[in-house]
Amino acid sequence: MNDQPHERREPDGLTRRRLVAGTAAAIGLAMLRRSAFPQTGPAPPPSRPLGGTATVLGARAPQEKLQRIVFGTMHGMSLTPLQDLHGIITPSDLHYERHHAGVPAIDPHEYKLLIHGMVDRPTVFDLEALKRFPAVSRFHFLECSGNGSSGYTDVRPDQSPQVVDGLTSTSEWTGVSLSTLLREVGVHPRATWFLAEGGDAALMARSIPIAKAWDDAMIAYGQNGEALRPEQGYPARLLLPGWEGNTNVKWIRRLEFADRPFMTRDETSKYTDPLPNGTARMFSFVMDAKSIITSPAYPAAVTGHGWWDVTGLAWSGRGRISRVDVSTDGGTRWSPAVLEQPVLPKCHTRFTFPWKWDGAEALLMSRATDETGYVQPTLAELRRVRGLGTNYHFNNMRAWRVRRDGSVLFGLEG
Amino acid sequence: MTRGAICKSVLVAVAAITPMHVRQHGMSSRAPVHYGLGRPATAADIQAWDVTVMPDGRGLPSGSGTPAQGAAIFAQRCARCHGPTGVEGPFDRLVGREPRQGFPFGRDTSLVRTIGNYWPYSTTVYDYIDRAMPYDAPGSLTPNEIYSLVAFLLWKNEIIADTATMDARTLPRVRMPARDRFVVDNRRGGPEVR
Repeated sequence: MNDQPHERREPDGLTRRRLVAGTAAAIGLAMLRRSAFPQTGPAPPPSRPLGGTATVLGARAPQEKLQRIVFGTMHGMSLTPLQDLHGIITPSDLHYERHHAGVPAIDPHEYKLLIHGMVDRPTVFDLEALKRFPAVSRFHFLECSGNGSSGYTDVRPDQSPQVVDGLTSTSEWTGVSLSTLLREVGVHPRATWFLAEGGDAALMARSIPIAKAWDDAMIAYGQNGEALRPEQGYPARLLLPGWEGNTNVKWIRRLEFADRPFMTRDETSKYTDPLPNGTARMFSFVMDAKSIITSPAYPAAVTGHGWWDVTGLAWSGRGRISRVDVSTDGGTRWSPAVLEQPVLPKCHTRFTFPWKWDGAEALLMSRATDETGYVQPTLAELRRVRGLGTNYHFNNMRAWRVRRDGSVLFGLEG
Repeated sequence: MTRGAICKSVLVAVAAITPMHVRQHGMSSRAPVHYGLGRPATAADIQAWDVTVMPDGRGLPSGSGTPAQGAAIFAQRCARCHGPTGVEGPFDRLVGREPRQGFPFGRDTSLVRTIGNYWPYSTTVYDYIDRAMPYDAPGSLTPNEIYSLVAFLLWKNEIIADTATMDARTLPRVRMPARDRFVVDNRRGGPEVR
């Protein structure tokens, strides 16, 4: 491949130097060409063809090629295309997936939830019974606790927001508050934990402190106005707002109340965080504050000088996002971004930051602060307290390097 | 008094007599504590569904197994994914005690977490095999087979003797090497990064 810089003239008259030095640059170049639409063209025809007929089920415009990226076979996961989405809601068919033994096919008419253990009235609920309780609807993000490892331990430049952080999504969840069900079954005052068990092939199970049940947990059966998608736990799942994805047990089939945790495999062998001091943290439920710029971001390019809308998502498992700051110089100077409404607790928040690109190389970064005063750490800060042996909770700042040719690469700060 | 004003004054009166917890949770004052929905779970329901095993041994069924019995079952049902000796993979490595000193998993990324060097509770091995293994046929092993596999894996990890028998009484007494390495999450939000 030619590695000498060369000149190229675009239809908009801009001249840019390009260094064609690798695959990433080649992709960036392709994006530049595609994005440059003509400024002049034929006038629209005076007569218009009749449009399509009404349909029983809508579909995306054929030009919109939104897709999850699927990884793994034995351990399935798929990632949300964060760079292609607007606002804060993830279309349900693009919600990320993570499951440990496949997506079970559960007949909603056969579905049952058993609540037992330290309760006065062990009870079996079918789906109809769950729906007869007062329903609540809440907007919350979900995030796999392993989301973002490629922004921490395996940082490569040719990664999109979807590849780096696509294991997070936001939906409106509808269901019954777990506190309502606790009163219904008469949970004992001495019960301190409960086991949440899924109906997947692996009967995935986690121990949850009872305080979360009284706080904001729910058994959800609705997602963005319709039933849960099978990949999100159809017909019902546990929802623990702000807590790591795997604790939000899908296909929920059993809640057992007890006075201690159960020490399942997924809270001992997995989903624990070894620390540099020779211990391992367990029950690290809360997802700390995090943000990522979703545009401009690889593989899209900045196709011309002038104003661009730097935009992205911020979220915290501890409450509301209180501010997001953006830097265009790798973290030396910071300016506040605009937080789009609504700014909801434990929910994706959209931020925007108008930026005038002058053609110089830039390093775009975002930094979220939540209502507890927690500030999203730098990569160096997080590595110092967590070490490199950790597999979860990668909430350090992300950076995008805008090169002089307009291509954008994922990169480290500083 | 207009109709709107009457409505408003009624709402104010209702708000005044509605208990605080009802207003905070946005529930109607008509909401009962107990709805009487669902049906009582029978002992048979609970027995059919409850597979839980706890660290103190609660939930362990009757039955037993030895490392020698487990070796044969492991070769047949597990070795394809975990390797002939539980080391080779291709999927999770189950056997290995290194490093024997300290617990440097947070610093040394070359270390592989196994039952022998990382799992804090012996009962979890039974619970997990019972729930999830073998991967392509979970739920197909009998209690005797599971006890045998647990015995085999604990023996391969140099935690129990080759003559030991695992059952509901002996398994919870097995103390795992990593038992005291775990600490509960101390992150609390606020400015400190932990």
